[in-house]
Amino acid sequence: MARDPKYEAALALHRFGLGPRPGSIGAIASDPRGALLAELDRADAGHSVEPALATSAANARAVFAFRQEQRAVRQAQRMARETDMSANSQAEAKPPQGATPPRPNPGPGVPQRIYLDEARARIHGALQPDIGFPERLVWFWSNHFCVSADKGNVRGTCGAYEREAIRAHVLGRFRDMLLAVESHPAMLVYLDNARSIGPDSVAGVRQKRGLNENLAREILELHTVGVRTVYTQTDVTSFANVLTGWTVVPMRQESARAGEFEFNPRMHQPGAQTVIGKSYPDNGRAQGQAVLFDLARHPATAKHIATKLARHFVADEPPGSLVEKLTKRFMQTDGNLKEVTKALVSAPEAWEAPRNKLKRPGEWIIAALRASGAATPDIGPVMQAHNLLGEPLWRPPAPKGYSDDSGPWFDGIAQRLDIANQFARRFPPDADPRQLFEETVAPLASNETRQAVTRAESRPQALALLLMTPEFQRR
Amino acid sequence: MTLHAPTRRELLLGSGVLFAWSYLPELARAEGRDPRLLVIVLRGALDGLAAVAPVRDPDWPSLRGEKGLGGATPGLPLDSFFALNPAMPNVHRLYQSKAATIVHAVATPYRERSHFDGQDVLESGYGAPGTADTGWLNRALLTVKPEARANGANREAFAVGPIAPLVVRGPAPVLSWTPQRLPATSDDTLMRVLDLYRHSDLALARALEERVGLAKIARASGMDGEQARTPGPVQVRAYFTEAAASAARFLARPDGPRIGALAFDGWDTHADEGPVNGRLATLLGALDGAVAAAESELKEAWRETVVVVITEFGRTARINGTEGTDHGTATVALLAGGALNGGRVIADWPGLKPANLHEGRDLKPTTDLRAVLKGLLKDHLRIDEAALAAKVFPDSGRVKPMRDLLAHA
Repeated sequence: MARDPKYEAALALHRFGLGPRPGSIGAIASDPRGALLAELDRADAGHSVEPALATSAANARAVFAFRQEQRAVRQAQRMARETDMSANSQAEAKPPQGATPPRPNPGPGVPQRIYLDEARARIHGALQPDIGFPERLVWFWSNHFCVSADKGNVRGTCGAYEREAIRAHVLGRFRDMLLAVESHPAMLVYLDNARSIGPDSVAGVRQKRGLNENLAREILELHTVGVRTVYTQTDVTSFANVLTGWTVVPMRQESARAGEFEFNPRMHQPGAQTVIGKSYPDNGRAQGQAVLFDLARHPATAKHIATKLARHFVADEPPGSLVEKLTKRFMQTDGNLKEVTKALVSAPEAWEAPRNKLKRPGEWIIAALRASGAATPDIGPVMQAHNLLGEPLWRPPAPKGYSDDSGPWFDGIAQRLDIANQFARRFPPDADPRQLFEETVAPLASNETRQAVTRAESRPQALALLLMTPEFQRR
Repeated sequence: MTLHAPTRRELLLGSGVLFAWSYLPELARAEGRDPRLLVIVLRGALDGLAAVAPVRDPDWPSLRGEKGLGGATPGLPLDSFFALNPAMPNVHRLYQSKAATIVHAVATPYRERSHFDGQDVLESGYGAPGTADTGWLNRALLTVKPEARANGANREAFAVGPIAPLVVRGPAPVLSWTPQRLPATSDDTLMRVLDLYRHSDLALARALEERVGLAKIARASGMDGEQARTPGPVQVRAYFTEAAASAARFLARPDGPRIGALAFDGWDTHADEGPVNGRLATLLGALDGAVAAAESELKEAWRETVVVVITEFGRTARINGTEGTDHGTATVALLAGGALNGGRVIADWPGLKPANLHEGRDLKPTTDLRAVLKGLLKDHLRIDEAALAAKVFPDSGRVKPMRDLLAHA
């Protein structure tokens, strides 16, 4: 089959990027691979477009202050009610004493507002890049090292977490990302390590509270070497001991560092620990860092990461040769993620694999927005669409993150149709479906697809159909 | 005169687009009238021959046979030649009380068969597609000399909505609103997606079929907790009716807008057209319900109202291989309203012999739709004829406004 010369360019945008915008296929058609690599080399690759957002710790303090305020309001209301009741119990009615309690803040609370601000920054940021390959990498790593906004105060910190721990290292070294992630307050809260106490530590002896293995287990099972590989339950426990003391400066201390990472030696389990056959002396925080660095360079980690990258970008069952290439590169470069990413883009398997993967809801939604030429869409409907399709932003149901297999996402196909209809109405009034077809999927499209779009009954229907075509749904 | 700025609740109840009517045409006002105009655009190319059938044409039975009106189903008689689809009893009633008019064998100047381009010509008012990004209705408003300008406070009420159809887009201020729940995906769109998947992506086809199957089961067992995914006849009728009723409520207000536009989808009946008891019958019934709802909500203002229903082109005279019709040329335009000089079918009938069909396949157009629209704008809204030819329907100098459409004129 003679391939359209723009085939590779279109494939690059759908498979490795965030989806074509009008004109973007033509812009990279002469050298799609080169264009992808060039995006990786940009100084601002992976950075957030919104520099003015607050740090995770500042957000955590704001959330804490908000909760205090709410507590105070509720207390005042309770007292007013009690005063009211005791006043009414007397013969003559008396107006309640004391100040009128302030009404609680209407509208979304501070955690939700922060969450939406961060979501807005991410969505708007995704509409700007020409291709969006570094941004796809951010999304990949953010899902690999996921936290959930549904837990604790993570709603207020998950956006900052992605900016601080993920974005900075997406094209850097794996071990640096690993260290940043596992010492970030959002992760320490999400996986309960902030409260994990070594049984023989100062705090453990006194409080009789103990170890929480969650973070240690997930680091081994999900973040590094992978499940059922090189570790045992004993390793999990030892590692958990190593990580005790990795916690967050409490709010109550009212220090300027409240909400930041701190190593608290009083919570730390004393003594050397053996993890995966190696003994690590107890030198406080450095003990944990040493384990993490060893995990980062473990061959099982290289293979695990290589497999996940290949599965995410290329195929549910990635070609063995591709996984091998990426594993080797990972080991060769000591986990240099830019080099591993380049190896992915340079591998013929990555381009030859058939377009079978289904775009995840977030990917499909952003592709639809980019096709429409939107610059600053309303965040409400975008978030709603994510929720309806089962991929609410930063709220995966489990530490495993959202599935990279296409299977689970087929269920939402009918909802995608409803959303496509609604999105179709938000395209600019002069949007020409035939032209948009050319600019988004034409080089990849079958004749049936071309006909379906161009023979639609009306412009809105044509646009909805375009978003539903197999070429737009898959990558 | 201050404008009624709709409350948020009112805005959320309807669908469509309304003009903020900050002024009345001087001349109409001077006559003591307060005219309303509601334009309904049917997207997808309405089969005019199935809506209003030329049952007495000797060549009609061979074209549509028993499936068409006049065969087993006589249709509602209009005059000695035409019958109305039985799905439209309200329009029939209005016709009999001289409050409805049908224009047949009518078309815009567009002679190709693309929906997008046809709708472009229909709504822009130009002779060719791609010429303008404004609509004739909006430009008509602009030609009217304002009697009183909208003041600053009312400006907040004006917002061009993202789904404003082309016919109302332009510099004149427009109020637009969308219903809180957009109508569920039409059966037609769903079928087109399914059809595409069945031909090119079986996994997606299976996934979609499964969800649709579940929805049908839910509907059949009366599980109405969640809105049925694909709308049945009841939902289509409800949507059309609610849209028209909402528009009418606004138009009825003494201080409300006077011009409105709605768009209804779903008319592209390539397969299983069902003019008597299938898909097209359902749609025509829903349109009939919409006209009745407008009449009901306009109340006394119905006397001053014209509703005009137009579509981009018609369909083939013959049925195709899948019990449907393909894109054609001439079709009908339907007018309803108390202001009309109604009870007539206006048609310079070209006949249906093969030699009389356009390109051997379509009903031949003998009336330019712009003549009908110009006639309405001139006599109902008193828009100047020269402006109609120069600005509202450019290059239509040779198209004379149709006369005697209105009762008072």
